[in-house]
Amino acid sequence: MRPFQILIDGFAISALYALGATGFTLIFGVSGVLNLSHGAIMVAAAVAAWAAASVLHMDTYSGALVGVVVALLMAFATYFAVVKPIQNSRRIPNEEKEIFVLTGTLLWGIMIQELIAYFFTNNAKTVLPIVEGVVEILGVRTPRNEIFTAIVCCLVIGLLWLLVNRTRTGKAVLAASMNPRGVTLLGLELTQIYVVVWGIYGILAGIAGVLLGMFLGVSSYSVGPLTASAFSIVVLGGLGSVSGSLIAAFVVGYLETLTAYLVSPAYRTIPALLLLVFVMYIRPQGLLGRR
Amino acid sequence: MRKTSPLRSFALQQFVGVAALGLVATAGPASAADAIKIGVIAEAQAIAGASIPQAAQLAADEINAKGGVDGRKIEIVSYDNHSSSADSVRAFQRAVNEDKVNVVIASYISEVVLALEPWASRLKTPFVTPGAASNEISKSVHADYEKNKYTFHGYLTSAALALSICDAAKDLLVDQKHMKTAVIMSEDAAWTKPLDVGYEECLPKIGLKVVDHIRFSPDTTDFTPIFNKIEGAKPDVIITGISHVGVQPTVQWKNQQVPIPMFGISSQATNETFGKDTNDAAEGVLYQGVSGPNVAVTPKSVPFADDFRKKYGNYPSYAGYTAYDEVYYIADAVKRAGSTDADKLVAALEKTDWEGTIGRVQFYGKDDPFTHSIKYGKGLITGLMLQWQSGKQVSVWPKDVAKSELKFPSFIKASTN
Repeated sequence: MRPFQILIDGFAISALYALGATGFTLIFGVSGVLNLSHGAIMVAAAVAAWAAASVLHMDTYSGALVGVVVALLMAFATYFAVVKPIQNSRRIPNEEKEIFVLTGTLLWGIMIQELIAYFFTNNAKTVLPIVEGVVEILGVRTPRNEIFTAIVCCLVIGLLWLLVNRTRTGKAVLAASMNPRGVTLLGLELTQIYVVVWGIYGILAGIAGVLLGMFLGVSSYSVGPLTASAFSIVVLGGLGSVSGSLIAAFVVGYLETLTAYLVSPAYRTIPALLLLVFVMYIRPQGLLGRR
Repeated sequence: MRKTSPLRSFALQQFVGVAALGLVATAGPASAADAIKIGVIAEAQAIAGASIPQAAQLAADEINAKGGVDGRKIEIVSYDNHSSSADSVRAFQRAVNEDKVNVVIASYISEVVLALEPWASRLKTPFVTPGAASNEISKSVHADYEKNKYTFHGYLTSAALALSICDAAKDLLVDQKHMKTAVIMSEDAAWTKPLDVGYEECLPKIGLKVVDHIRFSPDTTDFTPIFNKIEGAKPDVIITGISHVGVQPTVQWKNQQVPIPMFGISSQATNETFGKDTNDAAEGVLYQGVSGPNVAVTPKSVPFADDFRKKYGNYPSYAGYTAYDEVYYIADAVKRAGSTDADKLVAALEKTDWEGTIGRVQFYGKDDPFTHSIKYGKGLITGLMLQWQSGKQVSVWPKDVAKSELKFPSFIKASTN
């Protein structure tokens, strides 16, 4: 049974990683921003969904929706209150702006984390799953929620692909990631594209956060590890490459699951990090990086 | 001119400071110096720790309402340590050096308490922990009594906790449910090392064969592989030793419908808020407590739990009961010592014989291996076993305080036994 168990569990966690990392890499690809408040936004979404259901007694669907909306608002807040002022500032030299954005989003993430700990304690919260119960798949007792998580992740990623490749807005986003200057020459407003991208990012991070809250649970302590895992997946896949991130998410997800089952749950994250170091040595641009 | 101004303002500050100190000194004897100050350093943002400052304040308010200790009020000065040893040490230094507390009550985390113990010795300040369990806390007092005598262990040692679990498991699991095998599942932390040694020793003696032993990192978020491994060993019961984690393993246990009951130490489950944090996945979880809601361990237990709930909205965690008792027996010791002098207070605390909410509190002496830890045993403190049933914490052991039989959710196979 064990190989099937690893196959099923690994798929769910990988799909979740993929969803979390996609938005993160999209923003970097389009606007060159590494958003280190990523983990905080995911946790905020999950905690908001928990609070809506447990404190305000909403049903699970409305709770989940509240979580996604909170993430969307926070993504916009991150862009308008932290990233944009730094990018527009005349006092910060252009070559230092990336560092300022990194520091700014990192501090912003810590602020969100501390606020969550202050108002909701630093204990883990779990969002009530939308579907409960278990089913047997290939002899493995699998929570329906795990299947639901995997399906939603794949669906959302699929929708994102359609959006980017099949719609006008999506094509503008894609174009902006390839050549920002060219896009402005075509008469498109770059700022508007950024707003769209941050909006997409907020929804993706929100869904990922709420699903993570249902699947494993989150606490304010999860902020750092979540940002770190998205960061390493994105670096492994190649910064800015969405398909690279998807592949990397599955590599990391399965590597972690294999380690947890075959070696020990205590060493879960180590092989993936070693792989990251190794890839940095032989292929610094990541698996599908463009540089 | 500009260069001299910071110096000048510094001198001015010094002057103002000295003047202010003088004022405080003259105003002192009438009010501030009279209060007995207790510093409370705790994990205000964690489920198990949140009850500590709340319960201490409740006890202080009650004592003060009755006129204090020989006319002296009790003042609680609390500090949030964010579950960090470094923050706790800073808080301890500040409490003693700046806020001039007479006694410190601190933390439910063994690593934190072990970090504070040398500071209690250096700053010669009596220090009681309401919730840490590591054997090392009281062993250090035994090993170097003169130096470490300022530390008191106001909660059971891990060794005593293991005994308490085994006593309960014998009656509930072996005799009632005819269970034969167990897997130990504990988080990797200072307090579980001696706990696991205790489990390994006493479980086979009561007739539960230990078929596997899993220690996992407290950072673990995905417990699927752990439960999977446990199920593979086919035990009748999972014996837990968890405190830093609680919500996540419990929720995943329910979501994955792991058909094996959990029984043991689960610190977070002792707080009533645990039900909401887990969306009631706690249903059926068995946990050890020193007291609990509606359990009359002593005549003081139920009124305290009810008053606490009235004031703060939830029943306290285990460390709430112990912290409440601690404020009382510290006040009692101050009264008997007739002073807040550290050495006199230590001598008085050693003679503590206090009926609190958790039982009768006495400390082991200088010659016992666990010096200054509270005594475990019949007529003193034995601990209880409680179970989450229909969203409530219900006592199931020992018999004289049990309110219900064991009940398990439908996915647990043991319920058919």
